[in-house]
Amino acid sequence: MAITGTVVIATNRCKGCELCVHACPQHVLHLVSDYNARGYHPVVLDESENHCTGCSICAVVCPDVVFTVYRQASHKHARAA
Amino acid sequence: MTIDTIPTQTTSAPPTLDGMQLVYQAPEALAETQTHYCPGCTHGIIHRLIAEVIDELGVRERIIGVMPVGCAVFAYDYFNFDGTEAAHGRAPAMATGIKRTMPDKVVFTYQGDGDIASIGGNEILAACARGEKLTVIFVNNAVFGMTGGQMAPTTPAGMVTTSSPYGRNVELQGSPIHLTEMLAMMPGVAYAARRSLHSVAEIRRTKKAIRLAFDAQIKGLGLGIVEVLSTCPTNWRIDPSEAMDFIRDIMMPEYPLGEFKIHEELKKH
Repeated sequence: MAITGTVVIATNRCKGCELCVHACPQHVLHLVSDYNARGYHPVVLDESENHCTGCSICAVVCPDVVFTVYRQASHKHARAA
Repeated sequence: MTIDTIPTQTTSAPPTLDGMQLVYQAPEALAETQTHYCPGCTHGIIHRLIAEVIDELGVRERIIGVMPVGCAVFAYDYFNFDGTEAAHGRAPAMATGIKRTMPDKVVFTYQGDGDIASIGGNEILAACARGEKLTVIFVNNAVFGMTGGQMAPTTPAGMVTTSSPYGRNVELQGSPIHLTEMLAMMPGVAYAARRSLHSVAEIRRTKKAIRLAFDAQIKGLGLGIVEVLSTCPTNWRIDPSEAMDFIRDIMMPEYPLGEFKIHEELKKH
């Protein structure tokens, strides 16, 4: 079974710079056509196929700290190894 | 998906999700606020790395940050620790006064290339010559960002800026200053490194370098300086991901990455 994770995105802090969209190894992040409170197109997680692994690469490249990253609890030992 | 259905994080405590383990959350030392930086500006990444290092060291209550004149002029608002504002280029002089009167504090300066390499060149040289126990974060994006992208002392040869529209001409305007290598020769410097933010691996190395620069101060070894090659997508007039490629292709050949000086005490880790 694939490792699954998810991210919670602070949409109103996102400036739509797309650094995470290019960095995401699973290609599950994209910008939406709607605007956030500051007038940017914010990033969202495509949850339809559940491909996020919780690798937190998006959080490493994000200049605006919009990501909080989670990973399936049962895989925490696999990650530490 | 519309905005209304997107989960948003609005409080400092991260939401708990069933069966999920928290892997990453914003560092405590970083204020939960919106920054004024342009989209894709790497100031935000450097702020986060500094905050993560301060959280790891557990010194948030003892930190005093000295902020520069430049785009990061409001940076004291973006951290959950004390900060102050220095005159243009004078952050190392101000930090010296703070550190000497309150030696138990952990003092760092956050300076851009126009601030530290141009108008503040003398202050940083003198602080290094005195071996002040400070940490200096030197953000090199090759232009004066706040005033509209003019040529800085660190602009690579041939680079087009608003004040060098035909590219920097070395005959007329001189060669770019390699400040970190110069400072590494001074005995008062315990740690001097140049890192970049163009890839995930390099961002992680940058964090390690910032950690060592703080260690150098906390252990009383001398001044720790980290030069970080960063982007200015607005003034470079390219989009943020192309700006990361610009660091790799244009800036890194001019500014090789590496640790130019590392004190013996810091090698033990």
